[in-house]
This record gives sequence, C-alpha cells and structure tokens, in this order.
Amino acid sequence: MVPVLELRGITKRFPGVLANDHINLTVEKGEIHALLGENGAGKTTLMNILYGLYHPDEGEIYVNGNKMAVRSPIDAIKAGVGMVHQHFMLVPVFTVTENVMLGEEFVKFGGILDRTRAAEKVMQISDTYNLDIDPNTYIKDMPVGLQQRVEIIKLLFREANILIMDEPTAVLTPQEVQELFKIMRTLIDQGKSIIFITHKLVEVMECADRITVIRGGKVVGSTTPKEATLNELATMMVGRDVKLNVEKTKKKPGDVVLEVDNLKVLDPRGAIAVDGISFNVREGEVLGVAGVQGNGQTELVRSLSGLLPSIDGEVRLLGHDITHSSPRQIIEHGSAHIPEDRQRDGLVLSFPVSDNLVLNTYYLQPFSRSIWLSQQEILKNGEGLVKNFDIRTPSVFTPASSLSGGNQQKVIVAREFSRPIKLLIASQPTRGLDVGSIEYIHKRMLQKRDEGCAVLLVSTELDEVMQLSDRIAVLYRGKLMDIVDAKSATKEMLGLLMAGIIPGEDVKSAQVPQKNKILIT
Amino acid sequence: MSPEKPEQIKKSGIAIFWDEFSRSNLTVIILAILTGIILGGVLVAATTTEVYAAFKVSLWGGLKLAFTTAWNTYVALFTGSVGNPEKIRLAFESGDPLMIRRAINPFFESLVQTTPYIFAGLAVALGFRVGLFNIGAEGQIFIGAITGVWAGYAIHGLPPIIHIPVALLFGALGGAIWGFVPGFLKAKTGAHEVITTIMMNYIAFRLSDWLLKGPMGDPTEYTPKTPWILESAQLPKLFDLPIRFHIGFFVALLMAVLVYLLLFKTTWGLELRMVGSNPNAARYAGIKITMSTVIAMVLSGALAGLAGANEVLGVNHRLIPAFSSGYGFDSIALALLGKSHPFGVILSALLFGFLRNGARSMQLTVGVPIDIVSILQAMILAFIAAPAIIRTIYRLREPKHAEDIVSLQSWKG
Ligand SMILES: Nc1ncnc2c1ncn2[C@@H]1O[C@H](COP(=O)(O)OP(=O)(O)OP(=O)(O)O)[C@@H](O)[C@H]1O
Ligand SMILES: [Mg+2]
Repeated sequence: MVPVLELRGITKRFPGVLANDHINLTVEKGEIHALLGENGAGKTTLMNILYGLYHPDEGEIYVNGNKMAVRSPIDAIKAGVGMVHQHFMLVPVFTVTENVMLGEEFVKFGGILDRTRAAEKVMQISDTYNLDIDPNTYIKDMPVGLQQRVEIIKLLFREANILIMDEPTAVLTPQEVQELFKIMRTLIDQGKSIIFITHKLVEVMECADRITVIRGGKVVGSTTPKEATLNELATMMVGRDVKLNVEKTKKKPGDVVLEVDNLKVLDPRGAIAVDGISFNVREGEVLGVAGVQGNGQTELVRSLSGLLPSIDGEVRLLGHDITHSSPRQIIEHGSAHIPEDRQRDGLVLSFPVSDNLVLNTYYLQPFSRSIWLSQQEILKNGEGLVKNFDIRTPSVFTPASSLSGGNQQKVIVAREFSRPIKLLIASQPTRGLDVGSIEYIHKRMLQKRDEGCAVLLVSTELDEVMQLSDRIAVLYRGKLMDIVDAKSATKEMLGLLMAGIIPGEDVKSAQVPQKNKILIT
Repeated sequence: MSPEKPEQIKKSGIAIFWDEFSRSNLTVIILAILTGIILGGVLVAATTTEVYAAFKVSLWGGLKLAFTTAWNTYVALFTGSVGNPEKIRLAFESGDPLMIRRAINPFFESLVQTTPYIFAGLAVALGFRVGLFNIGAEGQIFIGAITGVWAGYAIHGLPPIIHIPVALLFGALGGAIWGFVPGFLKAKTGAHEVITTIMMNYIAFRLSDWLLKGPMGDPTEYTPKTPWILESAQLPKLFDLPIRFHIGFFVALLMAVLVYLLLFKTTWGLELRMVGSNPNAARYAGIKITMSTVIAMVLSGALAGLAGANEVLGVNHRLIPAFSSGYGFDSIALALLGKSHPFGVILSALLFGFLRNGARSMQLTVGVPIDIVSILQAMILAFIAAPAIIRTIYRLREPKHAEDIVSLQSWKG
C-alpha cells in the first residue's frame, strides 16, 4: 500500500543552523506517528515545512504517492494536511462555528454567510468523532482542552487526512490528555493519520503506533512502543544516558525566607483566585505547589512577584514586607522568577539572546556604567551563559524568537540562576522541555537549593513536584488543602487533595502511610 | 542543530544584521520607490488632457506624449529638488557668487524642507519604539513654534550664543508639555494616546489661532501674525540669500544621533524598547511601564516641538497661521518608512524633503498639481508598507522575513 505521506530528503537551513538534514519520514494510513527529539532537534521546522509555512532547501513531499509542491498552507490544506499549532489560532470573541468558517466561509445568495449550514457540519463532525462541542459557544468561554478540539474540528472541516499536532498535550491536564488520546484513536479508526509531537515519553508509549526520533536535524532511528523502553528512547533522543529520576541529597532546611500570611488575590476578572493562603519556605528546601491548572497557581505566583496586587494578607521576604512592593524591589531583595508563560513574560522575542540574558540586570554593574550600557560586558555575559547553560543558538546576536522552545526556556533559567538569589519561584519550569533539558534544569534547581536558596516550585506535573519537593502544598480552588511531607506523600493522596477531598477516615489508612502533616506557621 | 556541520559558521552581529537588512529591507525599499515613480509617471500622463488628445490622433503619438510628459515632470522634480546640472556648471564657470548660489539653491532648499521632517520623524519613531502611536506631532509642532517664537521675540538682551539655545529649548519644552498630557492620561487612566493626541492637536490649532489674533499678535499687522523674532534668536544661515539653509539641519542630525544613543546605548533606551516590544516582559523585569510611557511621550513631544521652533527660528522668523502644513502627519508615514530607526528617519526625511521641494517646481514649470506628488508619496509608502506586493511583482525569493513572523505565533518556536 502507498503510504499517505512520505517526506524524502528534507533539508532546511537557517542562518547558522542546519535545522533539518535530509530527513526521511513515512506515515502510513491510520497510524499515530510520534515524532521525538530534544529541543531544537528540528521537529517544528519539519512540520512547518510539511504545512507550507517554511520552504525546504532540498527534498520532496509525497502525499498518497503523488509529489506535492507545498508553497503555502493553502496547498497543504488542499493536499489534506492540517496542523494544530501549540498556540491556538482562534478568535476568542467568535463562536466555534465562526472560527471554523474563517477562510472557508459557507455562503448563500452569493455573499451572505451561511452559519446554519456551517454549524450543522460542525455538529456532524463533533458527533462523528465524539468531540462534544457546541457550535454556538464562544471560544473565550471554553477551557483550553475544548479549544484544542475546535482546532481539530477546523482541520476536519477542511477534510484533512493527515493531522499534525505539535505538542498538543503541553497545556492539558492529565484528564484532558486522556480525552485527547481517545479522540485521536477515533480519528485513526476513521482512517485519518496523525503526526504527534511530544516530549513526554510516557505519552508516546501509550498512544503511538510508530516512533521516529530526530536528533540534530537528522533521523536517528525508528521504533515502536513495543520494542523500546523509556530509557532507550531517552538515550536515543539525547545521545547519552539520561537519568529520568534525579537524586536529591538530604538537607536540613534553614531560616525562613518567604512567609506568606493569609494572602488573598483576585484574578483579572475580579473573582477570588487565591483565598487566604498561608505558608512559608525555608533556606535549602523546595516547597512544591501541586494542583490542577487554574486553581490559583498563576495568581499566587504573579502576586508573589509583584505583578498582581493582593487584596489582603501579608508577604515577607527575608523579613522585608513585600506585600505591596514593585516587581523591581522584589527582584532586588533576591527573588528570581521563572514565569509560566515564557514568551509573554519571560522574553522579549525580538531582542537578541544577549539582551534577554540581562533583562532584569541591565542597569547594574558591570552591564551599565552610569546611564550607558556596556555592550561588551553584555556580550561577554551572554557568551558565558550560552556556553555554561548549553543554550543552542547560532550566536548571542540571534533574536530569541528563532530559538526552539526549549532553548528559550534555558535563556530564562540561565538569566535567573546567574544572579545571587535567595528565593526562586519556578512556574512550570520544564514545560515543553525534552528529557535531557528537564534533567538539567532539575539538577540546577536542586543545586540552588543545596546552596541555601529557598525554592517555590509550581507545577501541574505531579511527578515533577513529587521528585523535587521537600514539602508539597496542594491548591484547590484558591485554597491550600494541605502541606504534606514529600517523603510520605503518595500520588493517590495528592490526587485526592487536588480534587478537593481531604483523605480522612473513609480512605483506607494503608493508602496514606504515616501521613505527616506539617503545621502552617 | 548539529554543531559539527560546516553550515555552523559563526557570524558576527553586524554580518547577520546586514544579511537580513539587505535581503529584506533595502531591496524592497528601493523597488518600492522605483515602482512608485513609474506608476506616478503613468498617473501624471493619465491626468494630462493633451495626452488624450494625442491618443486620438495616433497611438504612437499618444504614447510618445505620455512618455515625454512623465519625463518632463520628473526632470522638473529633479531640477527643482537637486538643481539643474547645466545651470550649476555654467554658474561655476562664470564664477559669479550670486549665480552660483541661485544654481545650487534647490539642493539646499530641499535640506531646509528636510529639517522639520527629521525632527518630527524622530518624534514619531521614538514613540513607535516604545509602542506609542503619537498622532499628535502636528499639534506639538504648533506649540513648539509658539513657545519658540515667544522666546524669540519677547526675551531681550541675550547674545545669540545663549538666545538661540534658549529659544530652541522653549520650543522643546512646549512640545514636551503637549506630549506629557496624553502620556500622563495614558499612564493614569489608560486613555488611548491616539484619541488624546488627536484632541490635543485640535486644542493646539485653535490655541495658536487665538494667540495669533490676540495676545501674541503683532498689532501693526492686519492679518494674524506674531512679531518678528530678534536677530539674536535667528538660527544662523550658512550662505547669503537666496539660500535659506540654516544650522537647524545640523541640530536635527545631532538630535538623530542623540536619539540613537538614547535608544540603543543607554539603560533608559533598553527600558523604553523593552516596553515597546513586550510590555509584559518589561513589567516582569521590574520596569515601570507608566513611567516609560510618560517619558517617551515627553521626549517625543519635545522633538516635535523642536520641529516647530526650528521653522520659526530658522525659516519664517515669525509665526503665521497654518505654517506647518502637515509635517506632523507626514512624519507618521515617514517614521514607518524609516523603520523607526533614527538613521532610517534621516534617510526618509531626505526623501520627503526632496519630494516636497521638487513638487513646487513641478507645479511651477510643468503645471503638475501638487496633489500628484502627494499621491506619489502615498504610492511609495503603500508599496513599502505592503512588501508582499513588491515581492510578488518582482518575484523576490525570500519569505525569510515572513518566517520570523510565523515563528512568533507559536510559542514552541
Ligand atoms: N525562524 C528561524 N530562524 C532561525 N533559526 C530557526 C528558526 N526556527 C527554528 N530555528 C532553529 O532551528 C532549529 C530547530 O528548531 P525547531 O523549532 O524545529 O526545534 P524543535 O525540535 O521543534 O524544538 P522544541 O522541542 O524546543 O520545540 C533550532 O536550532 C532553532 O534555533
Ligand atoms: Mg517545537
């Protein structure tokens, strides 16, 4: 049988980078083909080529055995190729139907939009693939998981047969991931083919039919979940042995660094998001904050870094009252922050890497002398950090926008870790990173902790929280359910807390061995 | 990425910049200007009645006349803005200073026209860099002219070396105040600067009308005018009449250098550009956005104010109604054309200045309406603003720039 898609010898060069190096890839009809590779391996670039956003320097694309010239997404769509971008391209104030119709408008009487007919088709697609979408809801009222389905509907509406999904699970909750997998299987059953990109090896093992691994722009191997183990995949991706579990040394926590007392914060819409939270973080300890996305983590972190005012309560950093301090004052007290949305808050994408590496220290010695920037020092600093933190970039002059997602994250980590800090607030620090980079960033975070830094780790990845933390706080609907000792915490128990249930007498005590409640001081 | 590949040559920042610049911007800008000129020629021919008459007689004759009409127009544009090479040669051969000055006058007159464009273009460009859309340059020019002219005629007894800087400073101050108000309103209340600067424009126009008719009017004149400024406040001319070229041009160049240094070499500039490129990241990095907004609007207003002061102190020597005739509005397009870079602004100000000056002689010698020049400018701008048109027409290989934009859209890169 002819494969639905065949890429032959695709090569793409960017200034100073060989992003794709003679890549061959074959996708059979009705399979989920996982594309694995470390940050900057060239996965997104390859998919952008297939979708017509980039033009290959060499190579050919065959769809159903026919050679295709994909010059723009329009050609790709015509050939039945569709793409779900990581960042959704939806208009929030439009309904599902209107979004789906954009660019593919149904008209009646030669010019009037035929919403009814379009809505019917959306309904029909939603039913066929169990997507459970109401065509008349506004995008802005939908959770991320559903928005993603709208993106999928958009592709099906245009009769796509090959669906590209670039890291679709990065922003989803574990439940939403499971639902997405179900949808993907339905799609496969209906004869569609899917190219699936992710950094989470467990997901690949769970849902892929075949796996292709890319490293340094080249295909380094192809396998199936049955043949490979997690560790083998990780090694294949990174080219060396990766420890999937970091080792943590025992450490006695020191003085209190961050004290939060009855903090209340509103979200931008005025609803209470953080509802009277109290906790503290000590020198040399990691306090993990677990919780399903959207239970107040974002607001908590933004408030602690001075970006969102609180309405009640008190925050002290090393004894200074910082409740109403400006972001700069908080930074100058020795607090560092890895923001949850790196492109929104963490980087100026149009600036070169070197400037992004001094984004909050540019005004200090040696980067400035009185009012003048010292370009030389900024470049020297940039080159040092790029080497030290293994940031893959052609040069420090490259704008941050041309870096792969993982390397953008490393820029932020390098910047925040390279100044003297007493508190590190890390929000989803490894979102979108490959296993090698995760290992690296985890190691660096624990190193900071061992140096006596207090770390507040906010993550929706339960595994990450459990691995790194000394204590774990669970947030549910803006309230702190409990703070537990990480050594005694189990997944089940945290899961219950995350769902708003306090494991009490009705839960078998065997499930929660020696639960160690640490009193809130 | 594979470090061992030969493609991994390490390029210097300048090389990368040049690579991108030459491939995307320069070619497009030159082609846009050329295309605008060609279409402008067609337009000139198409708006000349004689050409139609000639076409009625014969196709060939019509084409020929259309071509000569367009050609003559551009010759007039050239001689009007740069000078007539033949005349310049004869003047230099005769050695008569007055003749020489007359012959080279068009060139220097163009620079005179360029000067306010540089100031105002810098004002708008600075705003753009900080993410502000300062539509109010025109009003700020008016206020700068008012405060500048006042300092020019009302302050007595200063030697030129002091009076000139003082008068310029007054102009800058006036503009700065006019910029401060929208900046402050935006910082305090979030009022959008487009709306408020437009409002401030109207206030400035009417205010200057009233001032000219009343408190600042020259009682000996029938029409509203201010008194002449003192000689000690006049920007010195570098040549005798009829050349009006004065040192304001060099002040403008100096300002461009200062704005460049401010934006790209100082910590303040980095802050301002950060706010302009990504306000969220700027806030996160500890920058007070409101402060930057106010500072940027004040500086922008001051630069526009200088444009006004420069005109009254260097060219008119008094203030008359409606003296600016749109420098402030043109400068919005001009700043865009110059990519909001101070040196780009100088180049596009030269283009605007030469076109504006040449337009007059086009009107005088071949009778082309001055509006055609405006249309020409508009076309050049439209082509530059929509590089896709130029790329399609000339089939430029190079979606390089487009790729950058694409990569901005998905945060995975
Ligand atoms: N527009 C661009 N200009 C210059 N270089 C680019 C551009 N886009 C990508 N690159 C470079 O090409 C390489 C491959 O990037 P790509 O985004 O395809 O990686 P990726 O495999 O998707 O990584 P990640 O998992 O981090 O998203 C990287 O080194 C990146 O810096
Ligand atoms: Mg990617």
